[in-house]
Amino acid sequence: MTTDKQAEYVLQTVAKRGIRFIRLWFTDVQGFMKSVAISPAELETALTEGMTFDGSSIDGYARVHEADMIARPDPKTFQILPWREPDGVARIFCDIHHTDGTAFAGDPRNVLRRNLRGAADLGYSFYVAPELEFFYFADSGPNPKVLDQGGYFDLTPLDTAQEYRRTTIEHLEKLGIPVEQSHHEVAPSQHEITLRYDDAMAMADNVMTYRLTVKEVALAHGIYATFMPKPLEDHDGSGFHTHMSLFEGGENAFYSADTEHGLSKTADAFIAGLVHHAPAMTAITNQWVNSYKRLVAGFEAPIYAFWARNNQSALVRVPTTKAGKSSSTRIEYRSPDAATNPYLTFSVLLAAGLDGVRNAMSLPEEVGKNVFEMSSRERRDHGIRRLPETLSHALDELEQSELMNQALGDHVFDWFLRNKRKEWDAYQHHVSRFELERYLPIL
Amino acid sequence: MKGLALFPETPSAGFAEALQLAALEPILLGVEDLEKTDEAANWSLVLIELGDEPLRRMRHARRLHEDTGVPIILIVLKDQIALIVDEDLELADFVVVPTDPQELRARVRRQVSTVATDEVLRYRDLELNTATYQATIGDRPADLTYMEYELLRFFVENPSRVWSREQLLSKVWGYEYYGGARTVDVHVRRLRSKIGEQRSAWITTVRSVGYRFG
Repeated sequence: MTTDKQAEYVLQTVAKRGIRFIRLWFTDVQGFMKSVAISPAELETALTEGMTFDGSSIDGYARVHEADMIARPDPKTFQILPWREPDGVARIFCDIHHTDGTAFAGDPRNVLRRNLRGAADLGYSFYVAPELEFFYFADSGPNPKVLDQGGYFDLTPLDTAQEYRRTTIEHLEKLGIPVEQSHHEVAPSQHEITLRYDDAMAMADNVMTYRLTVKEVALAHGIYATFMPKPLEDHDGSGFHTHMSLFEGGENAFYSADTEHGLSKTADAFIAGLVHHAPAMTAITNQWVNSYKRLVAGFEAPIYAFWARNNQSALVRVPTTKAGKSSSTRIEYRSPDAATNPYLTFSVLLAAGLDGVRNAMSLPEEVGKNVFEMSSRERRDHGIRRLPETLSHALDELEQSELMNQALGDHVFDWFLRNKRKEWDAYQHHVSRFELERYLPIL
Repeated sequence: MKGLALFPETPSAGFAEALQLAALEPILLGVEDLEKTDEAANWSLVLIELGDEPLRRMRHARRLHEDTGVPIILIVLKDQIALIVDEDLELADFVVVPTDPQELRARVRRQVSTVATDEVLRYRDLELNTATYQATIGDRPADLTYMEYELLRFFVENPSRVWSREQLLSKVWGYEYYGGARTVDVHVRRLRSKIGEQRSAWITTVRSVGYRFG
């Protein structure tokens, strides 16, 4: 499987299928997709030498004195875009390099690749399957109008939203992104599409593609789809529950036939690592000011760092698997939200879990009780910590974590902290409706 | 059909009708066109009807082939077959008038498709062109990635037996791929999703062993 053969395959396909534009895709540090379109004539050069672009205008990329960067298409990610089928448009994900050919540390794909190599050195490959939630609104204006409730029922009846979802799933399947299931979520106008597991790099690419597909389908129907973590105050936010498994060759390293619940020592230590590093990695899994409006009591999102087998308020959950299905033993991490950068989130989850494995951390106590009903003293006695309550608090936790610094690399770690502190400061300047309504009449 | 040419420009009524029914619209060539050998590059296949001047047109065909190498299908009456039996002209094919339009179309397509038949692998309504890497399912192109294509090709070439994940890894991926055996499961899933629900059963999961195609 040489890269040359793959490149040849892509070039042949472009010629035979009448592809007119190839979009080169990559991701900035906050998880926004960037795209450069090239013509088939430029593709061969792009595949062999890469495409030079000015990185100084991309968030979290180069400083001005090293502005030139090279996008190198990864030929195995070539796909024709189904929603643009008649126009002959395809996409290909890129790795970002410096002009001297070295990998660029600010490229989230590179961050994930580095972490996956670290896992491979220990003999592990990392598989993930996310549940991705989102809302359909009438438009992208600041007053969200749901589609399937109250007066807006007329605008698009319930089954129309199902139609959007079906079209989205058809597109995803054509893109080679198998869908496990889909359904209407708890909140009005909220939907979920669950993807089948894939290796973490392919899945991160899939998540980027998925978010775009959902938005494209909505756009084509004159509505708006959003992955904003918490758009409606009184309803659940949009999560990105991530199911994870580690494989050693063909064997699921999380499974053991010898323990009561089928979890191996590796699984125990991985869970311990996740729980231990949860506060430090929250800034990555939940990177926006708005993310923390989702992590509040009274909804399904977790706010305390503990694990359980069957407790929907747990941060780390071990879903029940069918007897004998050793390959599906997995760990679910429930705090990330739909607007996360999947490359970075998979990176920190893997790093945290593997840190548990490397240091043979022992499994903390399982919490079956309702944590919300415990007193804060009881929680402390059980060693249950709260996740950071604000972005600012999360950044403090992140900044102190040596492991997160290693997992993200200095470039991303520093840029992220700097950029997110600015975001928090901007938010702090804002006087909210809540404050005006609450304080103005009495103070 | 690109580059299909016909000589002479006025075919017999019977053959003209067959062309029409076969939905073929050849470039019409007069005698003088046959001299323009530099134009021959635009012809991928030339039909020459012997008609009422069989010997003369045979000479044209021979010369055209010698000068340009373009493949030729002779259109002959039944009693003209004798003329070409011992002919040393390298014919691509010949078709007898009266002509069945379907047969005509099929024979023309066999030549015009630049692909030799052994470069196309088939399974039911699936076609894999190993020269151009294109896959079609039920006449619609399937957008496979390179590895999905290679896996499917391996399956089609080696049907009806069970392959373990490790065997597939070494035969299709060619070396110990860093994703491990799980990679195979992931690719099989992607492949199933792309070939569609009805056909996904072509690939059977054989529990605790691996996969079988067909």
